[in-house]
Amino acid sequence: MFHIYCPYCEELREEEEFHPKGQAHIARPEEPDACSDEEWGDYLFFRDNPRGIHHEMWLHAVGCRKFFNITRNTVSYEILETYRMGEQPTVGAEHLAREEKTASVQAAEGGQQTVGASDAALASVKGAQA
Amino acid sequence: MQRYSGFGLVKHALRHHEDWQRQWRNPTPKPGYDVIIVGGGGHGLATAYYLAKEHGITNVAVLEKGWLGGGNTARNTTIVRSNYLWDESAALYEHAMKHWEGLSQELNYNVMFSQRGVLNLGHTLQDMRDIQRRVNANRLNGIDGEVLDAEGVQSLVPIMDCSKRARYPVMGASWQPRAGVARHDAVAWGYARAADALGVDLLQNTEVTGFKIRDGQIQGVHTNRGDIESKTVGCVTAGNSSVLAGMAGLNLPLESHPLQALVSEPLKPVLDTVVMSNHVHGYISQSDKGDLVIGAGIDGYNGYGQRGSYPTVEHTLQAIVEMFPIFSRVRMNRQWGGIVDTCPDACPILSKTKVKGLYFNCGWGTGGFKATPGSGHVFAASLAKGEMHPIAAPFSIDRFHSGALIDEHGAAGVAH
Repeated sequence: MFHIYCPYCEELREEEEFHPKGQAHIARPEEPDACSDEEWGDYLFFRDNPRGIHHEMWLHAVGCRKFFNITRNTVSYEILETYRMGEQPTVGAEHLAREEKTASVQAAEGGQQTVGASDAALASVKGAQA
Repeated sequence: MQRYSGFGLVKHALRHHEDWQRQWRNPTPKPGYDVIIVGGGGHGLATAYYLAKEHGITNVAVLEKGWLGGGNTARNTTIVRSNYLWDESAALYEHAMKHWEGLSQELNYNVMFSQRGVLNLGHTLQDMRDIQRRVNANRLNGIDGEVLDAEGVQSLVPIMDCSKRARYPVMGASWQPRAGVARHDAVAWGYARAADALGVDLLQNTEVTGFKIRDGQIQGVHTNRGDIESKTVGCVTAGNSSVLAGMAGLNLPLESHPLQALVSEPLKPVLDTVVMSNHVHGYISQSDKGDLVIGAGIDGYNGYGQRGSYPTVEHTLQAIVEMFPIFSRVRMNRQWGGIVDTCPDACPILSKTKVKGLYFNCGWGTGGFKATPGSGHVFAASLAKGEMHPIAAPFSIDRFHSGALIDEHGAAGVAH
């Protein structure tokens, strides 16, 4: 179960108080009537689906009833940050790549096999850019 | 391929079961193939089998990063039905159902397909109106279906609480007698064995790490075992489809979610059909081994970790106990998750892409297992001819730009 820090209530609460509401930071086209079918379809239906770092909106449904954003790793499920609507994330896909690179280097110094780790990092970055 | 038969079983028993043939080879990759299938689950193996069987294309490789049938094929709740509302999806799932009905004989492999019927319960007036509409639509499409009232449901499933005392009383159900369950692993193994016998190379522990694309035409794939050439590549990779599409520079309208299932300790036979409820949100059947096989909705957030959240388990079991108070003290044995690739309209994508020769078969969401034979059959025909099979054509990725969606969300008893 997630323990989610609501940036408005400023408290850690249990997952059941919240609803995930999909990808964050999607801007509505300024002039919808001027969109091509391609652009409008992309806006409506196409979402980032990264294997790695993902920015998503959540609703504190039975708390303050406010929307906010979470940056989360979709493989480890680790919540990296929560922030208010209108704010920008401070953690991105580059962060993950850097972190895993450091991890694999450390592993190498310790004499561990690193092939798997670096492959996973590569895959995550590719997924994050998709 | 050694054929399986009753006589063969006796013969092997006399030899102390010491010379059973391996079910499939473990070949090393060739430099190139006529067709490469990425993903060795049920759909991918079925595609390879029908390519070899019906289209004579036997120079085929199935690339699987883990082991055969280790993803969602191994993780689903084995329900097979075809009672979908819209003509396009009814055609696709009924195509699969017709294949299911002769599959064990065709593959010479017992997939334990048991047509024990599926009930989709209604708990509100609106549920019942939707059920009537769907059953009528099914019948017009030649798919069996009946609308039952609460007494009808009670006589089929005596252990269910169909009384007025329930918090969400059962008002009726749709009933598809030809629907049922099948042994999920046997489906993958049966297709794998039959495809291998026809010359298909099943390459396990072979992970695709990139695509070779030149002038908008697919040339092959990069793998952890070297490059493999092919002008036709079909990706059948369920929850990881977005990752694969990203390697080819494509975007798919998919979101990957964890979907959980759980089984109880084994019980004596108590439930001889499949019961699904969208309203209280759970579905249940009893396996031949005796354990209750239980599933429900996806976790709402995106996730690639093959596990789900505890609140979802709790809600699922609340629904099951609501319907079956008799199960309130049954203990659960195991719980697991798979990664389902959900589409905005809850229908799959069987499609060409902007890259010539690169095809995707994905987006099956929570209900891909039931379609395995049909999906493989029409996808194989599409790969062989270079044109989408008429049953697959409406499921093109273009529908998200043209607006011709096939909105099965809620319409088809899709449990989300």
